[in-house]
Amino acid sequence: MSLGVVVFPGSNCDRDVQWAAEGCLGIKTRFLWHEERDLSGLDAVVIPGGFSYGDYLRCGAIARFAPVLQEVAAFAERGGRVLGICNGFQVLTEMGLLPGALTRNQKLHFICEPTNLRVEPGPCSWLQGYTSGEVVNFPIAHGEGRYQADPELLKQLGDSGQVVLRYCNNPNGSVGDVAGVSNTQGNVLGLMPHPERACDPTTGGVDGRRLLASLIG
Amino acid sequence: MPLFSARVLVSLRPSVLDPAGEATRAAAARLGVDGVSKLRIGKAVEVELDAPDEQSARAQLELLSDRLLANPVIENWILELKDDSSAGA
Repeated sequence: MSLGVVVFPGSNCDRDVQWAAEGCLGIKTRFLWHEERDLSGLDAVVIPGGFSYGDYLRCGAIARFAPVLQEVAAFAERGGRVLGICNGFQVLTEMGLLPGALTRNQKLHFICEPTNLRVEPGPCSWLQGYTSGEVVNFPIAHGEGRYQADPELLKQLGDSGQVVLRYCNNPNGSVGDVAGVSNTQGNVLGLMPHPERACDPTTGGVDGRRLLASLIG
Repeated sequence: MPLFSARVLVSLRPSVLDPAGEATRAAAARLGVDGVSKLRIGKAVEVELDAPDEQSARAQLELLSDRLLANPVIENWILELKDDSSAGA
């Protein structure tokens, strides 16, 4: 098992993901600089949090054109597992790999706090270690995490099991309390909360472990 | 090749909440400007582009607006195009 972690200029959770995966779970990781095009030997790819390319224009709008992401898109198309956390989720929506968009938090504040999330039933392979209806606690840390989708799309996503995580107490005004969505096949997951910051008992809970541990069964 | 100047106006779609606009509207009242019933914030992007003709310039600018400057999931855009070549630019 080998995990690629994308690094853009401005990424700041790349090492957190590495520590969670490699330090806590023993999953080998390889950093993928934004200009890299070689994904050979990788079983999964994480697009981590941060402020890719300064988040100029819109969060994820410029990152979307990074060479590495052309390869990640092809990787996902072949069924490869891709996880976008926070800024990574924003990037995946900008790329069109996931539906909807992330917008400014309803009350404008940057929110950094532990958050309870409910796991919803769905085909997402990243969440196979959790039971449907289970409540888990991951930290959030974002200013632009308000999920936006029109009512028709939101209903469609709910019906197809693509809304895989919902906030128990909606912190940012996301429609439908949406905290994470997957693609229809379930191999691509994007979420605003940070599972990689809930893996090491010395820094809080370990509810995030099972998400990354899904890679090693 | 003629130089074309354009301005692309990007705005949040009406159905999308604009909390920054709402905060600014509240400040307008504190300034003493009453009666502001709507205030929504967008972006104006100024672009200069070399293109063989206006049709080609428009096509390129529309692609730019729709695929990069705006995210059509949450934003609308308007393209204002003018040809600078006649002004000797």
